[in-house]
Amino acid sequence: MVLYREVFPVERGDFASAGSASSKIKRTLKKMGVDPSIIREVSICSYELELNLVIHSLGGELVLELTERGLTLISSDRGPGIADLELVMKEGYSTAPESVRAMGFGAGMGLPNVKRHSQIFSLESEIGKGTKIRSEYSF
Amino acid sequence: MKLGDVAKILDACVICGKDMLDFEVDSAFGADLMSDVLAFVKPTTLVLTGMMNPHVIRTAEMLDVHCIVCVRGKQPTQEMLDEADKIGVALLSTEKTLYTCCGLLYAAGLRGCERKEVHDGSV
Repeated sequence: MVLYREVFPVERGDFASAGSASSKIKRTLKKMGVDPSIIREVSICSYELELNLVIHSLGGELVLELTERGLTLISSDRGPGIADLELVMKEGYSTAPESVRAMGFGAGMGLPNVKRHSQIFSLESEIGKGTKIRSEYSF
Repeated sequence: MKLGDVAKILDACVICGKDMLDFEVDSAFGADLMSDVLAFVKPTTLVLTGMMNPHVIRTAEMLDVHCIVCVRGKQPTQEMLDEADKIGVALLSTEKTLYTCCGLLYAAGLRGCERKEVHDGSV
């Protein structure tokens, strides 16, 4: 049973406020007394996913769900979808434009890093529909 | 290594976090891409970078990083200073290049950080 659920909309190209949803998620988890080592893992994933939504998606949302047994972070967007799901998990592969690299991102480390810091990771995507990524953690 | 020793070795000025000079760092990582910082760094890692925008501080916040050295004479923006002050991150600035800073710190015994291995979870 979901004890707590919060939705954070993330807009495409909104670099100025990118990271604010992740900050809120981190504060929420601290307030709830979640293990700090899990909070750090979730924070890394939420920041990577939030930046991905800003950089690559047409807009979407991050959702935080807590149950008694653990928590799940879900990133879902309205497109454009990922063409090659294997390539996108390869470190160093990036389709980010130079303007994003100039901000310090787009090194092609994002999704592999989300997987590295998730206990359970899943990625689904359909061209023209969107992408859904889940990071799950047990307490 | 204490942050105060880092400041001496790099001839760096402490822009914010003067009360954190006794904080111990046990590794260092130098990069301008925050994507790489996110993939490698631990809370006790010293981050050295020439990238100056608020995402440097937000990255530090997510990683629980406490100390950042701005290299090549880069000065943090006011927005960076405000955010660093709010979350308790120390910011140092040095005229030395990233390469020189890394060499000096490595010679003084501060090593790089190993990153977490990828587990076998499904994709």
